[in-house]
Order: sequence, then structure tokens, then C-alpha cells
Amino acid sequence: MTTTTELETRERLTPGPASSSVVWEYAPSLEATDHVKVASRYNLFIGGKFVEPHSKKWFETINPATEERLSEVAEADGEDVDRAVREARRAYDKTWRKIPASERAKYIYRIARLIQEKSRALAVVETMDGGKPIKESRDIDIPLAAAHFFYYAGWADKLEYAFPNRTVSPVGVAGQVIPWNFPLLMAAWKLAPALAAGNTVVLKPAETTPLTALMLAEIIQEAELPPGVVNILTGAGGTGAALVSHNDVDKIAFTGSTEVGKRIQRALAGTKKKLTLELGGKAPNIVFEDAPLDQAVEGIINGIYFNQGHVCCAGSRLFVQESVLEPIIRKLGERIQTLRVGNPLDKNTDVGAINSRAQLERIQELVDSGVEEGAEMVQTSCALPSRGFWFAPTFFTGVSQSYRIAQEEIFGPVLSVLTFRTPEEALEKANNTPYGLSAGVWTEKGSRILKMAQKLRAGVIWANTYNKFDPTSPFGGYKESGFGREGGLHGLAPYVVLS
Amino acid sequence: MSTRLNVRKTYKLYIGGEFPRTESGRYYAVRGKGGELLANACRGSRKDLRNAVVAARKAQPGWSGKTAYNRGQVLYRIAEVCEARANELVDELRKAGSSAAEARKEIDAVIDRWVYYAGWSDKYPQVFGSVNPVAGPYYNFTVPEPTGVVAVIAPEDPALLGLVSRIAPAIVGGNTVVAVTSESRPLAAITLAEAFANSDVPGGVINLVSGMKSELVPWLAAHMDVNALDTTGVASDALPGVQKTAAENVKRVVHFDSALGFDDARLSQGPYAIFDFQESKTVWHPMGM
Repeated sequence: MTTTTELETRERLTPGPASSSVVWEYAPSLEATDHVKVASRYNLFIGGKFVEPHSKKWFETINPATEERLSEVAEADGEDVDRAVREARRAYDKTWRKIPASERAKYIYRIARLIQEKSRALAVVETMDGGKPIKESRDIDIPLAAAHFFYYAGWADKLEYAFPNRTVSPVGVAGQVIPWNFPLLMAAWKLAPALAAGNTVVLKPAETTPLTALMLAEIIQEAELPPGVVNILTGAGGTGAALVSHNDVDKIAFTGSTEVGKRIQRALAGTKKKLTLELGGKAPNIVFEDAPLDQAVEGIINGIYFNQGHVCCAGSRLFVQESVLEPIIRKLGERIQTLRVGNPLDKNTDVGAINSRAQLERIQELVDSGVEEGAEMVQTSCALPSRGFWFAPTFFTGVSQSYRIAQEEIFGPVLSVLTFRTPEEALEKANNTPYGLSAGVWTEKGSRILKMAQKLRAGVIWANTYNKFDPTSPFGGYKESGFGREGGLHGLAPYVVLS
Repeated sequence: MSTRLNVRKTYKLYIGGEFPRTESGRYYAVRGKGGELLANACRGSRKDLRNAVVAARKAQPGWSGKTAYNRGQVLYRIAEVCEARANELVDELRKAGSSAAEARKEIDAVIDRWVYYAGWSDKYPQVFGSVNPVAGPYYNFTVPEPTGVVAVIAPEDPALLGLVSRIAPAIVGGNTVVAVTSESRPLAAITLAEAFANSDVPGGVINLVSGMKSELVPWLAAHMDVNALDTTGVASDALPGVQKTAAENVKRVVHFDSALGFDDARLSQGPYAIFDFQESKTVWHPMGM
């Protein structure tokens, strides 16, 4: 039997857009793009030169906010992969592992500096090619990418201090496959430690976001790295598969979905290749009743809507202690109405475009499943542009643990809200997932933070904060979120052989 | 004058701190160098493995929750009990074909390896942990934590030192272990389990299953509640298939090249072997007044 109180609570828990929406008007504040030159076509970066692909095929890359063509990039096939690996091997044998480590460091410092010099152009292109808000590419992606190169540059001639009582050698040629959510930053996470440790690289950027990697290729030319030390091959899944299975690659690093990660782990069975995987997540973000609720709400918002939710460590499962469910839901409902969704190049924009039509369809499909399974959906009432790929910031209440939206990675701006009564219940539910990349905890009680941090089975724990990254801070997953760490001293280990 | 009939030992499995027979009821003959029958060992089944994984999972929180000091003492206690039972263990290896000198050397190394890893329990977190100087007002640190349940496929030879060299670094780090013993020389491992049972190792922390590797290893590689797999004792022709299966739940696959041998301590022991079965956890917290 439903009591009156329950009904009232239920009503209060589902704020309609009309009840709490306040329409904020902002004058457009567009980032200038006239200083940025995007070539009409890009070739493959192999052996220090831009060369035409063996396939003589190029494919378009578009701006997901407008669906307009930005450029076209080469489609690398097996022949190109082979050529790039040969150049990488030659550079490894002839130059990169032979030059003094202190000189290697200086090359990497140059890359860091050039990224800083060209940071605004890189930010603009990142935003145009991927759809993320300019304030994020400008303030987070690009500065962090430069910082990663700067950090690892310094390791190049200090490796013997990182691995006590062992002789440190590079692995050889690394094949690296990166995702579309943080294109340049992921390139930096992969390249910087590999180069510092003395490896040479063949890097494959994501199909939908190749442009900043190609600008990085130009930077690498400008930094005068020996030809072949870094090779960059654009393409789709087939290019990545050819790289992963190439016989003369010694190490594979992959960031992407768990499904593809498993495929790669299988493909490497029986080989001597080293492997690191940074895969999917379904992170719990746990709010206790004693948490500073306004701060927590900001953390929840940042945790799920940062980069349109295209974040492997996004806090996509919100666990709220029952006693504060009502204020949290109310505040969340109000707060999402103030998110500015729209032109990613507008400096006011909080939530940009979904990266691709395919991703938009995936998000829609999972959101539909949430509605069908019985969860209650709350969305912003903001107007979305008519062209491009968009999804309004969304959260679901009344979510059961078994719903697909509580189990599967959505990789979009969609939050599932669940509840708990005791810390033990929160832990039980939070850990009940095959993933283990990250988790958030919100409470004022220090001892509880430390205990929760210890018991959560995830590689990164944000306590009273969320989605923070730093080159000195190791990042990576437990369980099916992958293995190996990127960042910090730990991030060197995948790129060295100890003897 | 009648000679006394000796009492033979029944070799069973070691699961959850107990010595059950294989639930399958099967056995296989373990023979010495000259082909003589040494004993009928349990031919463990996948059901035994499942029971062992359940026991290991159940024991894992308690074991990893013990203080590092305590875990160190438990490992040291294993060394003490092994020392007291050294003659028995030497006899097992001699029956299996080792010379007296070889057997003594291997048991000495086994005991010393327990002592070595006992000492790491409260030190490796300082070697592999870090406080990270992030560019912002945050306290940020990284600590190693156990991967969870580790399956170890022991090498055929040295049957005992090989097994101990692989399970000691796993358990000192708070993992629990399900190990498949040397197929050809399983008996010493089962006798070693009696030392575990008589030391302070909680039931389920170490579980040993004897049998046919070709039957057992694929099941362990496929088990969704096993977090890491040590393939040191997997035959090279079986390795690709096992590695492929292990990808199903993204197992950490660790392989020590037995060809390097287990005698050279620099090559066959060290904190890096502990770290192979650790996850690194990074914790952020804001700093403010």
C-alpha cells in the first residue's frame, strides 16, 4: 500500500523541467578561429615525413557540432602500418636508444614547449574536431598534454632511480591506440612515457578525432625529433588491428572500450608483446549524509557532465544516502537546468556536442532502455541546436541495480541515481560491477574517507572532488577496467624491461 | 621376528584449510625415477578448482585486512615450520628423484624464500607507493593493493621451490592463491600444505590442487572470479590458448621464465614479483582550511 508520505516524496523527487527551470540568457562569447589553419587534407606521418597512404584513400573528419567537413585524413592499411613499424624500428636501433638520455629529455621538453606555444590553436581544433567545450580543451586537455611531456621529459635520464636494483632498458617499438574523448591528451599520456624510456612509437589516433594528433606530428617535426621516433597513422578499427598484430611491435598500449581491450588481449596471446589496457568504467560516486551537499552537487555535475560524459572514469552511478536523497535530487534538478549546452566554441558552454552520430545513437538506445525498465528521467529543458549531435544532460531516479543504465557504460551525459543506507551497503553496491576504474566519495568524516578509499575496488579514488588529473598521479583500472598505470613513476613501468 | 608394516600416507588436496579428497573420486599414479609407484595422488577436477576459488575468495578480505606486520609473521612462521619438517620435505624430494644434496639444497632455498618474502610484507608498499606532487591544492597518494585471487600454475621442476617462489610473493601482498601443483611431482607440495595447516596461515589463503594440468589450467584461466593467473608452469604449447582464455575477464597474466632457474635469488625473487600481483590505487583529496 502506498502511503501519502511516499507519494509526496515521490513527487518531490521528480522535478519537472517547468517547476524549477530558470532560463539564463548569455551573450555569445565565441572563441576566435581565424588564427587557426586546418589543411584540407592530411597524410600519414611516417619516418618524419607526411606521406600518402598506400590505399590512396582519405576519409572526412567532421565537426560534430555542425556536421561540417573540417578536413580529410589518410586511411592507413597494413602496408602503411608495416612501413611505419619499419621506420620506428630503424629509429630505435639507429638513434633513439643510442643518444644520451639527457638529449632524449631535451627533445621531449621541446615538444612540451611547442604545445604550450601553440596551445590556443590546438584547443580550437580539439573543440572543432571532437565537440568538447573550448573552456575544457583550453584549460584542461591542452595544458595537461604539455604538462605530461614536461613531466616525463625529466624522467628520461633518471630511470635508474625509478627501478631500484634493476637495469632499465626500453622495450623497443610501441604500438599505441588511443580514443576520441581526449585526443591530444591521450596522445601525450601514451607518447611521453614511451619516448622518455627510450622507445619509438607508432600511434593511431581515433577515427573521429585525428586532427590534433596530426598537429602534434607537425610539432614533432618542428622539434626536430629524429625521423621515425614517432609515427602517426590515421585510420579506423582495421588500422588499429593491423598495428596490434604486427610482428615487429614489442609493446601495445590501448585506451578504449573493454570489449576491444579483451579482443586485443586475446590477439596478443602467444606473443611476447607487453600490454597495457585502460578500458571502460561505471564509476560509483557516493554521497554520505554528512557531505557538504552543495559541493557534492558540483562534484556530481562535474563527474558526469564533464566532456559530455565521454569519460571512462565518469561518475555515472550516483549513490546517495537515503536521508539526503530529497535535497540532492532537488539541487541536482535545479543545477542541470543551468548547464549551458551548445556551441562548443562558445566560452560559456558547459556541455558541448556528442562526438559522433554512432555515439549519440548508443546513448539514446541506453536512455530508452532506462525509461522502458521503469526509471524516471529528468532532463534539462534547454534548446538544442538543430544540426550536429546533441544530447541534453540527463539523470534517472528510481534506478534499480539490475537496470542496463546502472550496469553498462553509457559514455554520455547520463547519470543513474541509486540509494543506500549504510556505508557497507554503499560499498557492496559500488563494487558490484566488473569495472574498477574510479570512484568518488563525499563526506566530511576523514576516517570514513580513508576506509571507503581502501575498500573501493578502483584504481582512482576522488574524495570530496572528482575528475582531477595530473601527470604525476598514476591512473588506471582494477578488474575489467584494464591493467597498467599511466602517469607518475608507475607510468614508466609499461615502457621498460628490467633485468 | 616380524617386521613392522609401515603406515602409508594418503595425499589429498588442500582447500580452505582442509584436506579433502577430490570430489571426482579420481586418482593418478605418481611414480619415482625408476618408474616405481610412489603414491596415488588426487586427480583434481574443475569442481575442486571451483571450491578452491570460493575458499580463496572468502579468505581474501580477512587476509588482506591483516596488518602487514601480522602477514610477515605468518610467512615467517611458515619458514619455522618448514625448518622443523625439513627432513620430511627432503625425503619427499628424494623419493621423487632428487639426490640427497639436491633435495637438501632445494628445501634450504624454500625455507629461505619464505623468510625473504616475510620481510617484504611491511616494506614493499613503501617501495611501490608514492605521494604525488600534483599541480594543485590536493593531497594525492598511490598505494599498492592486492589484485585478489591469484591462480598459480606451478612449474614441473623444481616442484617445491618453483611453487613457493610463485605463491610467496602473491600471498605476502595480501592475495589468496589457488595453485595447481607440479603434475609429475605433486607429493612434496601436499606435504608442504601440512606445514601451512600447522602454521598460522588462515584456511583458504593457500589452496593446492593436484592433477592433470591439461584438464585444470583451462578452467582456472576461464574462471571469472580469478583476478590474476601465473602461467609459469604452463607448457609452452598450451600457453597461447591459456592466455587467450584469460582475456575473458581481463586477467593479469604473469609469466616467469623457468629457464632462468630458481636458484639465482636475484633473478627468481624480489619485490617486483610481489608488485606483479598488486594494483595501484591513487587517492585524491583537496587541501584547505
